Amino acid sequence: MAEITMTEALNKAIDEAMAEDEGVFCLGEDVGAKQGGGVFKVTAGLTEKYGEHRIRATPISETAIVGAAVGAAIAGQRPIAEIMLMNFVAVCMDQIVNHAAKLRFMSGGQTPCPLVIRTTTGVGVGFGGQHSDMLEAWFAHVAGLHVVTPSNAADARGLMRASIDANDPVIFIENILCYGLTSEDPGPGYRVPLGKAAVAKEGSDISLITYGRTVLDALEVAGELGKEGVSVEVIDLRTIAPYDEETVLASVNKTGRALTLHEAVRPFGTGAEIAANIQEKCWDNLKGPVRRIGGTFSAVPFASHLEQAWIPTKEEIVGQIKASVGKD
Amino acid sequence: MAEIDRDKLLDIYTRTMKVNRTDEKFRELLMQGKVAVMYYCVRGQELVSAAAMAALEPKDYVVCTYRGQGEQTAKGIPIEKWWGECLGKATGTCKGKGGTMHITDPETGIMVTTGVVGSGIPIANGLAMASQNNGDGRVTLVSFGDGAANIGSFHEAMNMAQLYKLPVVFLCQNNRYGEHTAYADHTDSPNVAVRAAGYGMKGVTVDGNDVNQIYPAVKEAVDRARAGEGPTLVEAMCYRMMGHFFGSDFSYMPKEHLEEMQREDPLPKLRKVMLEHQFTEEELDRIVEEIDAEIEAAVQHALDAPLPDTDEIYKDVFEEVN
Repeated sequence: MAEITMTEALNKAIDEAMAEDEGVFCLGEDVGAKQGGGVFKVTAGLTEKYGEHRIRATPISETAIVGAAVGAAIAGQRPIAEIMLMNFVAVCMDQIVNHAAKLRFMSGGQTPCPLVIRTTTGVGVGFGGQHSDMLEAWFAHVAGLHVVTPSNAADARGLMRASIDANDPVIFIENILCYGLTSEDPGPGYRVPLGKAAVAKEGSDISLITYGRTVLDALEVAGELGKEGVSVEVIDLRTIAPYDEETVLASVNKTGRALTLHEAVRPFGTGAEIAANIQEKCWDNLKGPVRRIGGTFSAVPFASHLEQAWIPTKEEIVGQIKASVGKD
Repeated sequence: MAEIDRDKLLDIYTRTMKVNRTDEKFRELLMQGKVAVMYYCVRGQELVSAAAMAALEPKDYVVCTYRGQGEQTAKGIPIEKWWGECLGKATGTCKGKGGTMHITDPETGIMVTTGVVGSGIPIANGLAMASQNNGDGRVTLVSFGDGAANIGSFHEAMNMAQLYKLPVVFLCQNNRYGEHTAYADHTDSPNVAVRAAGYGMKGVTVDGNDVNQIYPAVKEAVDRARAGEGPTLVEAMCYRMMGHFFGSDFSYMPKEHLEEMQREDPLPKLRKVMLEHQFTEEELDRIVEEIDAEIEAAVQHALDAPLPDTDEIYKDVFEEVN
């Protein structure tokens, strides 16, 4: 089977959905062919196929972009809005939080809002404080939003299709450092259901619960520790909210230990919620406290060595796991 | 501008009085303590919403604000459902989960009522974009106040609507106050409509107390939108005759100005126009009596209606998937 990159996977998923349903359209800054098909080329080639009405390159107006997506969605279409970088969601939070997330509920179910907001971010590319944040916890805290992030190209294809199918708003986070990752192409029509985590690697000593780019670190660490006799189970949430509690709790009940890991800053992060839930529901099976790893509580710094020091390191993951299993 | 025909005048009069009598009834219930909810009074602005709704077709979309009673009732939300929602009952348009500030009734075309100033404007663009994409011939009208013209959403949405020539009508009800701040204290532009030129858009300011100005202006904007000629910003000068919300202090509104604006009250002016068109006092009174009877019955129905089940807090958060 052919290999595809995550960029190609996303492009194929959107292309397929647009071909099947005329109500699917894209809008966002620079997404059109004239503008280069998106900063990261995810929408490249789609204007040529579907025209400028269905690949609408917009002004730099985040509120107008998401507002238009909300309006089109409640009128029965399936817009895919792009917010070029995740930090820019701060500009249009009203439309996401007060409108997209709540219109189904406040209307008593009459105006569901089936839209996808694609956005990209990631630490490790030297973009500095206003272009690098993982803000998933903001959205996970709002009832009515699905928050999704793939860690590999095949999942990207499947999760994007499922997100476009969803009859609710989805925040779809793409990590810049994952765009070039390759997987075997799962082929047309492939879907990864929302709300279902993957057991990326089975293990028996500790559950390492993570998502997005840090899944790569988790798998690497799990491989290394396996050689030392520590068996790490890696859970890739894929959908951050509402997350697959069943898979997480089953894993922790099996291993008796848990560590949450994410790029977003540690305080008030999604790891805190998951850890608290595990303590409540797996208490009798826990062999020690649930641990958390997250980014440093500061803005993401620019200088390369500062940025690398900011982000959770593999050494830190190894250290926390060893401390948890009593091998430190 | 073309003369409004008798049928349309009667239509506008009926809608206007429906808005006015609903407003009067709401304030009566609040004064009597029978109802205790947030209510944003529309006294003085009845004609603007009624004439605007009369310029639309039933299939057209409307986005309005928390002061949206006029658009909602004039567009035709079944009034039992409307009262049910305002009283937080299971029989309401939104099962009691929206309330006075978040009324939705897609069957009537009331797609969003937003409690956030200015937020409906970009959403209206999206509804219009859907119509442009699928060619359903609908026009979207979004109503907002002068205060909303200073939020970023307004400017972003104006630019985008004109850029794409969206079938949308921006109706600014300039009631002279943004919450508790007078127009001149929040804006130095001579009026709101003048800003349309900054986006290459057609903008027009009309007297919202004069049916012969407000209806033709909105109708022309609707016709342009439907013909694919793009959006229009219509600014209707009117006056909010009471405080920001029911029961709030409005001593900041100068007495002399209030008295001056009361002389511009759209209701006696509309009645005069009706009489000039050979409608009789009796005919006009009978319409109001019928509306009052209908409202009485709807209010009683809403008062007697059941509360929503507590389980409703868990429903409609996401699609229910079985």
